[in-house]
Amino acid sequence: MTAVADGEPLIRWNWIGDHTDELTTLTLHHLKLALLPILFGLIIAIPLGIMCVRWRWLYPPTLGVANVLYGVPSLALFMLFIPYFGIGSGGQADFTIILPLTLFSLSVLVPNVVDGLRSVPEPVRQAATAMGFGTLRRLVQVELPIAVPVVIAGARVATVASISLVSVGVLIGNGGLGQEFIDGYSRDFTTPIIVSCVLIILLALFSDGVLVTAQRLLTPWARTRRSNG
Amino acid sequence: MIRFDGVTKRYADGTVAVDDLTLEIPSGQITVLVGPSGCGKTTSLRMINRMIDTTSGTISIDGDDIRKKDPSDLRRGIGYVIQHAGLFPHRTIVDNIATVPYLLGWDKKKARATAMELMERVGLDTKMAKRYPFQLSGGQQQRVGVARALAADPPIMLMDEPFSAVDPIVRKSLQDEFLRLQSEVQKTIAFVTHDIDEAVKLGHRIAVFQVGGTLAQHATPDELLANPAEGFVKEFLGGEKGLKRLRFNRELEDTADDEVQAAER
Ligand SMILES: Nc1ncnc2c1ncn2[C@@H]1O[C@H](COP(=O)(O)OP(=O)(O)OP(=O)(O)O)[C@@H](O)[C@H]1O
Ligand SMILES: [Mg+2]
Repeated sequence: MTAVADGEPLIRWNWIGDHTDELTTLTLHHLKLALLPILFGLIIAIPLGIMCVRWRWLYPPTLGVANVLYGVPSLALFMLFIPYFGIGSGGQADFTIILPLTLFSLSVLVPNVVDGLRSVPEPVRQAATAMGFGTLRRLVQVELPIAVPVVIAGARVATVASISLVSVGVLIGNGGLGQEFIDGYSRDFTTPIIVSCVLIILLALFSDGVLVTAQRLLTPWARTRRSNG
Repeated sequence: MIRFDGVTKRYADGTVAVDDLTLEIPSGQITVLVGPSGCGKTTSLRMINRMIDTTSGTISIDGDDIRKKDPSDLRRGIGYVIQHAGLFPHRTIVDNIATVPYLLGWDKKKARATAMELMERVGLDTKMAKRYPFQLSGGQQQRVGVARALAADPPIMLMDEPFSAVDPIVRKSLQDEFLRLQSEVQKTIAFVTHDIDEAVKLGHRIAVFQVGGTLAQHATPDELLANPAEGFVKEFLGGEKGLKRLRFNRELEDTADDEVQAAER
């Protein structure tokens, strides 16, 4: 591990001040690399989850594929996409990171969409039908809104995982704040490593906070929900 | 009038839930479908709004075969109340009640105003309008369920054990208010229960079902208590002892009603 040179402080505070622009750019890029996969993941997982609930037989194989993908080391999956989107940071090359992370997110998001839809109490579903909701309308106006808390719970887990996984991308030259690990390590200089670690943790906490707040605002009805049929 | 004509329901697994049922549910009255668990009450009820398809036979409403109408359109004209209410947890009370008016494309303001009026009619404080279902007691939720079914003023109401999940005291007040409400709105009501006391109390007519999905007896409460069919019906009413109790209670209620009416005069 990095040895701290004699007289060298663990953190050189003035380094942070000198590198604010660089850190801001990296932080924003990190956020983009981590959050776009969640967005894409939701766009895929919601219809996929709906189909898995509608056609039950589809769920086990879908879940199987998602879990196998999750089991592939992230670096290997990144490398798989290099031939298509290239290497480096920014532009098209970002997809080398974004697409694998999208696939990773599915292993959390799909089951949560399915569980969320299944959390709709049967009497509620039947009441909706009895009142004259068609299948599509019932899905959009009743089932999906009721699934929201469970889906957001999944999004929170997936988001935190995604934020931490982005750093691995540094091994193929695109890892957001992970970039600072390499720089610090290669120069025997702890400040960037500690700062980027702290920033990644803050990003995770911040994103999680945003999602929790979103959930509170979107689903005030779920706050202290008693179980009822 | 709702009419079952030789209606049979056989589920995919071969279970015959309703067997060659012929039954008339007269307009403006409460017809109670009563019988032991599994005798096909819910199935019969759900065939009326096509949540379940008949296997054979026809059901008609005022002479029109229900299969001629689009299911969603048919359902928007039929109120439906179930045990545990089945309220939408994500919608406020007022929006729950206004569900069918919204579906029918009413102006939002008008739908809400109607919903508020209904809250009062079913005995709910309008201060609860902005609450969510989880913030209500079971009895209150059930009232919302009734208001929701009435919102678009459908001529027909289907009620499947609407009061059976609440405690006896709340049940009694829900039943009393339901009768009062019905005397104002005079809907055509098919009311399912397995509680014979409730059937006798609420029904203008009682259809006693027996397991296998056949009709054992169809009569007014007084006829039923005076001349219960031998065998299954008599046993279901609790034998001589049960009959005595039911007759006694009925007289008690009648006297109480007379007294109330006398007091109101
Ligand atoms: N989807 C289904 N598939 C197969 N059999 C069913 C189905 N739904 C109901 N049944 C069977 O049909 C019969 C009648 O059921 P139904 O729900 O109409 O009874 P019920 O009179 O409402 O009973 P309860 O008082 O318990 O609610 C029962 O034997 C039941 O097991
Ligand atoms: Mg039933």
